[in-house]
Amino acid sequence: MAAAKLLQSSVFRLTWAATVVLGLAAAAAVGLIGWSANSRLTQSTETVVERDAADLRRAFETGGMEALTSAVRVRSRLAGGGLYWLADSNGHPVAGNLDKHPAELGPSRRTGTFTYRITSSQGESARVGAGILVDVEGGGMLVVARDVADQRALLSMMYRDLVLGLGGLAMAGILGGLLLARYILSRIEAMSAASEAIMAGNFSGRIPRRDAGDELDRLADHLNAMLERIERLMAGMREVSDNIAHDLKTPLNRLRNRAEQALGDQRGSAAWREGLERTIEEADALIKTFNGLLLIARLEAGAVEESLAVVDLAEIVRGLVELYEPVAEDAGFQIIAPPAMPAHVRANRQLIGQAVANLIDNAIKYAQRVETDAAEKTVTVDIAVTGDMVLISVGDRGPGIREADRERALQRFVRLDPSRTTSGTGLGLSLVAAVVQMHRGSMRVEDNAPGLRVVLVLPLAKPHALPESGADRERVVGDRKVEA
Amino acid sequence: MRVLVIEDDPEIAHFVQRGLKEIGHGAEIAGDGVTGLDAARDGGFDVLVVDRMLPGRDGLSVIQALRAEGNRTPVLILSALGEVDDRVKGLKAGGDDYLTKPFALSELLARIEALARRVSPEETATRYAVGDLILDRLTHKVTRGGEGIILQPREFRLLEYLMRNAGQVVTRTMLLEHVWDYHFDPQTNVIDVHISRLRSKIDKGFDKPLLHTVRGAGYMIRHGSG
Repeated sequence: MAAAKLLQSSVFRLTWAATVVLGLAAAAAVGLIGWSANSRLTQSTETVVERDAADLRRAFETGGMEALTSAVRVRSRLAGGGLYWLADSNGHPVAGNLDKHPAELGPSRRTGTFTYRITSSQGESARVGAGILVDVEGGGMLVVARDVADQRALLSMMYRDLVLGLGGLAMAGILGGLLLARYILSRIEAMSAASEAIMAGNFSGRIPRRDAGDELDRLADHLNAMLERIERLMAGMREVSDNIAHDLKTPLNRLRNRAEQALGDQRGSAAWREGLERTIEEADALIKTFNGLLLIARLEAGAVEESLAVVDLAEIVRGLVELYEPVAEDAGFQIIAPPAMPAHVRANRQLIGQAVANLIDNAIKYAQRVETDAAEKTVTVDIAVTGDMVLISVGDRGPGIREADRERALQRFVRLDPSRTTSGTGLGLSLVAAVVQMHRGSMRVEDNAPGLRVVLVLPLAKPHALPESGADRERVVGDRKVEA
Repeated sequence: MRVLVIEDDPEIAHFVQRGLKEIGHGAEIAGDGVTGLDAARDGGFDVLVVDRMLPGRDGLSVIQALRAEGNRTPVLILSALGEVDDRVKGLKAGGDDYLTKPFALSELLARIEALARRVSPEETATRYAVGDLILDRLTHKVTRGGEGIILQPREFRLLEYLMRNAGQVVTRTMLLEHVWDYHFDPQTNVIDVHISRLRSKIDKGFDKPLLHTVRGAGYMIRHGSG
C-alpha cells in the first residue's frame, strides 16, 4: 500500500485533524493552568515581601537605622528566609545576605525579579529572586526579596512537560492515524478487489468480511446479500434462456417439417390448406408458450404489484370450478367444490384465476392417466382459512409425483414425463409458483395418497382492507364492457 | 364500415387492412400518432385500431386526446406489451378493447365487428331474437319455437352475448372475457364444452341449427345459411 494513499485516506486525515484539535485544546488548558499558577505564586511572594518590608519599616520607625540593621541581620541569617540588602546613605552595604545590590532594581524599577549568586558547599550558583527596593529615610536603601528560583524551575518544568506531552500526542495521533488508515484501507481495498473480480465476471465471488461485527462487516453482509440475489436471478435467467432455446427448438422444427411436408404433398391445394392450418396451430402453441414465459418473467420482476385489489378468493375458485365442470364431466370426473365461505385476499383476480385454473386443468389432465373406480374419479378443490392465511388445495387421484421430483415440478418447462407427448407448455406449475410468490404466498406439492395435491397458501387481506363497492377495478372495467 | 388503423409497422397495418377488405370493410392506415390523431379527428370512422407504441405520439395519449374532445369512436388497442396491468391501463385511458400481439386475424376482425355494433349503448335491446329463438333479458326467459328452454345463469349470459352479436363471429377469448370476465388462457378449450352444452339445449331436436362453429375463429349464432 503506497504511503501517499495512506496519507490521502480520509481515516488518516480525520485522525490527524482530531489530534490537532485535541492538542490545541490540551495546550490551551495547560497554558491556562500555568499562567494562573504563576500569577498566584507571584502574588503570594509579593504579599510576603511587602509584609516583611512593613515589619522592617516599623523597626526603623521605633529604633532608627540601628534597629533596622540589626533586624536585617537577624532575618538574613534564617535559612529559607528572605533575601536582604541594606546600604547606608553613602551606598555602603551594612547588612543583608545578598553580596551586592541587585543591578536590576533601581529608582526606575522598584519591584521585580533579579539574579544573584550564592556560594554554598556545592559551589557558586546563580539564583533568581523577586523583591522590592525601599528607600530608607536619611538616604539609605533596602532591598527585601524572596528566592523564586524553585518556583521558576517548577513552572519551566511544567512547560517542558507540556511541550513533551503535546509532542507525544502528535506522534500518537500520526501513528494511530496511520495504523487506523492502514487497517480501514486494507479492508476497503479487499472489498474493492472483490468487487473488481465480480465485475470482471466472477459472479460467485463475495465481499470479504472480518467477523468483527462492525459497520464494515454489516456493509459487506448487505452487499453479499445483494450479490446473492443478483446471482440467483442471473442463474434463473440463464436457465430460462437455455430452456427456451432447447424447448422451442422442437416445436419450431415440427413447424418447419409440417410446412415442408405440405409443400411436397402431391395432393396439391387441399394438402397445402391442411398443412397451413396445422402450421397456424403450431405457431399458436408457440405464441402461448412465449406469453407464458413473458408473464412469468413479469411476475418475477414484481411488475404487476399495483394491480392488486381485495378479492374474494372463494368466489374466484367457485367460478373456476364452474368453468371446468363440463370438461371434467365429459372426461367422467367430478369436481368437488369448496364450501361457500368468503376468503378475502389482496390479489390480482386474473393472475390468481390463471393459477388456480392451471391447477384444475392439470388435475383433470393427469387424473385421466390412471384407471380408477368411478368413485375415485374426483378432483377435490378446497379452501380453508387458518390463522391469517388462506389455503387453496387442488387434489387429484392421478399418478402423482414422486417425492424426489416434486421440487423440480415447479421449475419452468419441466414435464416429468420424459417423452413429452402430453399437451401443454410445461409452464403450468412454474407459472402458478410465480403468481403465488408475487402475492407473497407459498406453494407446496403433496402426496394425496394416491394422487397429487397442490396447496397454495396466501395471506388473508387485513380486515380494514375489505372491498367497498367498485374497489376491484378489473371488475368495473369488465362490467362496463358487458353492459355497453 | 370504415376502420382507421394507426400502426407504425407497415406489415401488420397492411395485414389488417387486407383482412378488413376481404370481409367488405374499408380500412385506412396512419403510420404515426400525430397523423393518426388528425385522421381520427376528421371523423367518419366506425372503429379505430390503435397501436400502443407509436412514433410521434404514443397510442394511449392519442386515445386520451380523442376522449377529452368528446370523440366516442370505439377504440381497439393493439399492443406488443404483455399482460394484466397493460390491459387495465389501456382500458382506463379510454380504449374499449385490448388485443396483444401477435394476434390471430380472425380474433381481431371479430373484435372490430363487435366494437362497431356497440356504438350506441342506449339501443341495447331488452329482447333478442334469432329465427325462432327468443331471449328476454328482463324476465330471463329463453324460448325456441314458443317452447321454454331452461338455462343455467352462466348459459344464459353465454347465449345473451352470442345473440347480441348475432350474425358475427365471436371468438373463444371474447366469450371468456365477456361472459366469465377471465383475461387469461384456461389451457384446455373449456369454452367448447360450454358451447356444446348450450347447443344441445337450444338446437337439439330442431331442423335448423342456429349456433354454428366457425372453423379457426370461434362461434356464431345465425338464422339461415347465408
